[in-house]
Amino acid sequence: MSHYELNARRLLCPMPVIRTQNKVEELEPGDTLEVLATDPGVLNDIPAWCRINGHKVLDSGERDGEVYVLLQVGEPS
Amino acid sequence: MTQQRKAVALISGGLDSLLAAKVMLEQGIHVEGINFFTGFCVEGHTHAIRKKDKTKPKRNNALWSAERLGIKLHIIDIVEEYKDVLLNPKHGYGANMNPCLDCKIFMVHKALEWAEKHGFDFIITGEVVGQRPMSQRKDTMPVVARESGAEDRLLRPLCAKNLPPTLPDREGWVDREKLYDFSGRNRKPQMELAKKFGFEDYASPAGGCCFLTDEAYSRKLMDLWQGRGSREYEMDDIMLLKVGRHIRPAPNFKLIVSREEGENNFLTGYKKQFIHMFTTSHPGPMVLVDGDVTEADLELAARITARYGKGRTAEKVTVEVHFPDGDSRTFEVTPMPPHEVKEEWMV
Repeated sequence: MSHYELNARRLLCPMPVIRTQNKVEELEPGDTLEVLATDPGVLNDIPAWCRINGHKVLDSGERDGEVYVLLQVGEPS
Repeated sequence: MTQQRKAVALISGGLDSLLAAKVMLEQGIHVEGINFFTGFCVEGHTHAIRKKDKTKPKRNNALWSAERLGIKLHIIDIVEEYKDVLLNPKHGYGANMNPCLDCKIFMVHKALEWAEKHGFDFIITGEVVGQRPMSQRKDTMPVVARESGAEDRLLRPLCAKNLPPTLPDREGWVDREKLYDFSGRNRKPQMELAKKFGFEDYASPAGGCCFLTDEAYSRKLMDLWQGRGSREYEMDDIMLLKVGRHIRPAPNFKLIVSREEGENNFLTGYKKQFIHMFTTSHPGPMVLVDGDVTEADLELAARITARYGKGRTAEKVTVEVHFPDGDSRTFEVTPMPPHEVKEEWMV
């Protein structure tokens, strides 16, 4: 299991979701990915995307004027 | 046991695509959603920019639809490929800069490519005969099926009974009797079906989900092309058309003037790409200058900037101008009186 970071700063939704989706496609189940963004819509959209696609949100919130979502890649269905 | 058939559903986030996908799920079809991001989608962007909108929940309706349906959603970035659809629409534009028919053909074609790659049997959309003046007419719906290459693998569950049977009907993958015969612009049948399925709080954006159907947005887009002498555009251009007041005091440049704090912050993100200015003696807007400007143009721009700040009635206002290379300059100007800001400058 590995940890990755994705810089989605200055992108507006749905671009951070698209970048997350494309990054997750390259990862293995159990890997973790922290998405860093500036659009607060990310805090709703990435968890929604995770719920419908079987990934787990481990943490999310605001930090230093930015937002972050930490997710764990689920098993393929 | 019969094989479970798979359909890919075009999900816009609106009610019709939500219902079309639900009708298929009710028939035991495996459905996954696909949503295309053209750059002109109303979803997302402006909600994130304008501070006054921040009390509204920031929800992506396509994701919301997929979650309500319990299906996967694949969001596809088609910003680059979409340029050709917008710039060279074979079937022309609608009332504004909306190439609806070419757009639908393109999206169904992309969905077909996706379906073939992922082993899906057919494509569904929430189209309804007679609902849209360009892409959803009895004579244009077959054009979408034909020119997208989907042919009879394109099923419109909400109006299928008004159209010839498709492959899924003929092969018995779906029960045609349980499909619908909606037509026209009346939304009542859709609302009743939504109620039957227990869908509430669904999105119903006026004018659809695309900025290109919006008259003011289309005008700004045409002004951008005219001002540059070229119809090229980048993602940043189309985003900036959604923000602020656009004022063109001369053919060679325009100003983008923020209207509130959220827009101020958003425009500040572009200060390395554009000449920008703001008042320092009084609170005021962030202003981007788009175009090649002379010294006299900058002074005019500074007077307009001062007109939209708190110092609009002051005798003199200080305006700082910053250049992308880091250089800067200060102007002491008299704010332009409102009657001198010509109506034809407002894009």
